[in-house]
Amino acid sequence: MPNLIRDRKLVDDDTWTHLDDEQPVPASGDVTVSWQRWQAEADTLRNRDGRLGVRLDGDVPVEELAGLTELPLIALHFPAFKDGRCYSHARLLRSRHGYAGEIRAIGDVLRDQLAYMERCGINAFEIREDRSADEALQAFDEFSVDYQGRSERPFPLRLRRS
Amino acid sequence: MYQYDQYDQQLVDQRVAQYRDQTRRYLAGELSEDEFRPLRLQNGLYIQRHAPMLRVSIPYGLLSSAQLRVLAHIARTYDKGYGHFTTRQNIQYNWPPLETVPDILADLATVEMHAIQTSGNCIRNVTSDQFAGIAEDEVEDPRPYCELIRQWATLHPEFAYLPRKFKIAVTGSERDRAATQVHDIGLQLQRTADGELGFRVLVGGGLGRTPIIGEVVREFLPERELLGYLEAILRVYNLLGRRDNMYKARIKILVKAMGIDAFASAVEKEWQHTRQDPALQLEDADIAGFKKHFPAPAYRTDVDTAGADRLLAGNADFQRWYRRNTVSHQQPGYRAVVVSLKAKDRAPGDATDAQMEAVAELAERYSFGEARVTHQQNLVLADVAIDTLEALWHELDQHGLATPNVGTLSDMICCPGLDFCSLANAGSIDIAADINQRFDDLDYIYDLGELRVNLSGCMNGCGHHTVGHIGILGVDKKGEEFYQITLGGSSSNDATLGDRLGPAVSKDRVVDTMESIIHAYTDLREGEESFLETYRRVGMKPFKERAYA
Repeated sequence: MPNLIRDRKLVDDDTWTHLDDEQPVPASGDVTVSWQRWQAEADTLRNRDGRLGVRLDGDVPVEELAGLTELPLIALHFPAFKDGRCYSHARLLRSRHGYAGEIRAIGDVLRDQLAYMERCGINAFEIREDRSADEALQAFDEFSVDYQGRSERPFPLRLRRS
Repeated sequence: MYQYDQYDQQLVDQRVAQYRDQTRRYLAGELSEDEFRPLRLQNGLYIQRHAPMLRVSIPYGLLSSAQLRVLAHIARTYDKGYGHFTTRQNIQYNWPPLETVPDILADLATVEMHAIQTSGNCIRNVTSDQFAGIAEDEVEDPRPYCELIRQWATLHPEFAYLPRKFKIAVTGSERDRAATQVHDIGLQLQRTADGELGFRVLVGGGLGRTPIIGEVVREFLPERELLGYLEAILRVYNLLGRRDNMYKARIKILVKAMGIDAFASAVEKEWQHTRQDPALQLEDADIAGFKKHFPAPAYRTDVDTAGADRLLAGNADFQRWYRRNTVSHQQPGYRAVVVSLKAKDRAPGDATDAQMEAVAELAERYSFGEARVTHQQNLVLADVAIDTLEALWHELDQHGLATPNVGTLSDMICCPGLDFCSLANAGSIDIAADINQRFDDLDYIYDLGELRVNLSGCMNGCGHHTVGHIGILGVDKKGEEFYQITLGGSSSNDATLGDRLGPAVSKDRVVDTMESIIHAYTDLREGEESFLETYRRVGMKPFKERAYA
């Protein structure tokens, strides 16, 4: 059973499969591939029946994000929850590149980081397998205010000025 | 000072609730040690030698009397009756049980305080000049900008898991009292020839095991661009800073590796985007709004400016205190009073609950209900009318808070050391006590003039030994406490890292060695030359010869 949250709801019919670099690409179905594989096989990967997403980690330079905005899903890999690089990738995808597709956190994804991730624009979370996604949902309601602003809520500084 | 509005209060209250639940889950075994660690650290809680240590944030060192009373209450209720003020203007408690920390944070929230981001790999409490708003050499009051930075940095979603800790200091004066050159980012308020206000921005300074003086990354940043530019620096660091080795993870290592020019252009490139972000653009009205939080107090206009003069003529004790512990002020008839936390019989920077209560009350009666914490681990009552100085002096003295030693040898900066800290290799408080015992003649200490002695119990350098005129660093040599001595450091405008005297000395030799160094200085100095000036003129050799003779 996938331990997936999308848009603050549990998802039990996720269609996406994460393909290893060695795995053959199926003719159909929604798959994600690594950044490296996407680089090497972009053309063949496009010509198949099914949607395609790419998995990034913090090593991928943020300059590369501009070329990914047509994809329906970008997965950001957190090898350890303390590796905060992909918070920047998420933020830039949303704010600089206007990316509207799914940004999914994968890897060491835990309840106590979800609110920060969401505020950076990540909207889907594969909670680490040994933890409950249901319980992790509570993370989104811990704060009703912040200083940095986010898309769906005005920046407090602006509010104060009016 | 800054007053919370409903958003600020809500955020702090919700943070308490969040941490209460995190502590509960940790104690219930639902969070592993590794998972809980950054959560507790970002709420100020270390696990230390004897017990947890809680570091409470005092934004840019400002405290109201009500806040001081709650700090005293925490010391009394959850700790052993004292607290330790730090070089970054915070306060640390050394004994609070882990289970009580949510309650402590709730108590803090009642007076608009918190422990958010006082530890962990995130943006720490912003620090500043203890004489902000009153210094005669001030270009502009840094406090409104500090508060802006505090809000921008608090629970910033992108920068909660940086490669390493990140410290920002702001100064608004000619003389740098905030050690901006040894911070990850140092901001120096400047005014251009045509009156435009902005910052000189330094980056990559820091102490610790690789001490480095910061370099200028931008000579002038208009004030309205502050947050966009900070965001650009932090983003470059978050993405490129090393994460494979915690000892090479600070921004200073990245700046050295890239070179300041390449680093600066990476920041400039990012800034071309962030400066367009409406959420980061400051309008004049924003800045003006923040400035309104720091009005000049209602100074009396009837102060008898000769009030102190009569006493200075007659009372030697008052005169000493006045000369050493009070500072000139922008407002005629007023002085700032430094409340020395360097009494001979106490650990430098420590204050008891009763002393904190006393300062709270004295602040109310003499200084508009506010106090400040200094980078040198003292307190300040910033706005005292000259004709009330004598009465204040008497009252401070009754509480052991009038030791007339500010800026002298015995006004040492000192970390908690081996007695409290699990990182330390050697004691520091006991060395400070030995120094105090040896150098106990005030007139002799005054004759030595301005002398900054800084002690750290390990190379992490919380006692800023690297930038002490005399620095003392505790090291471990086969299980024994040894001390590495450095000379000639400074964290002021002429920031310099101290030079190593020679081989580390054993614990029982530290004070003797220091005395030899002091004797060398008094023999070598010319005229009114300070220790630092003498050292810079004559170099290490004569000091070394005397120290190891």
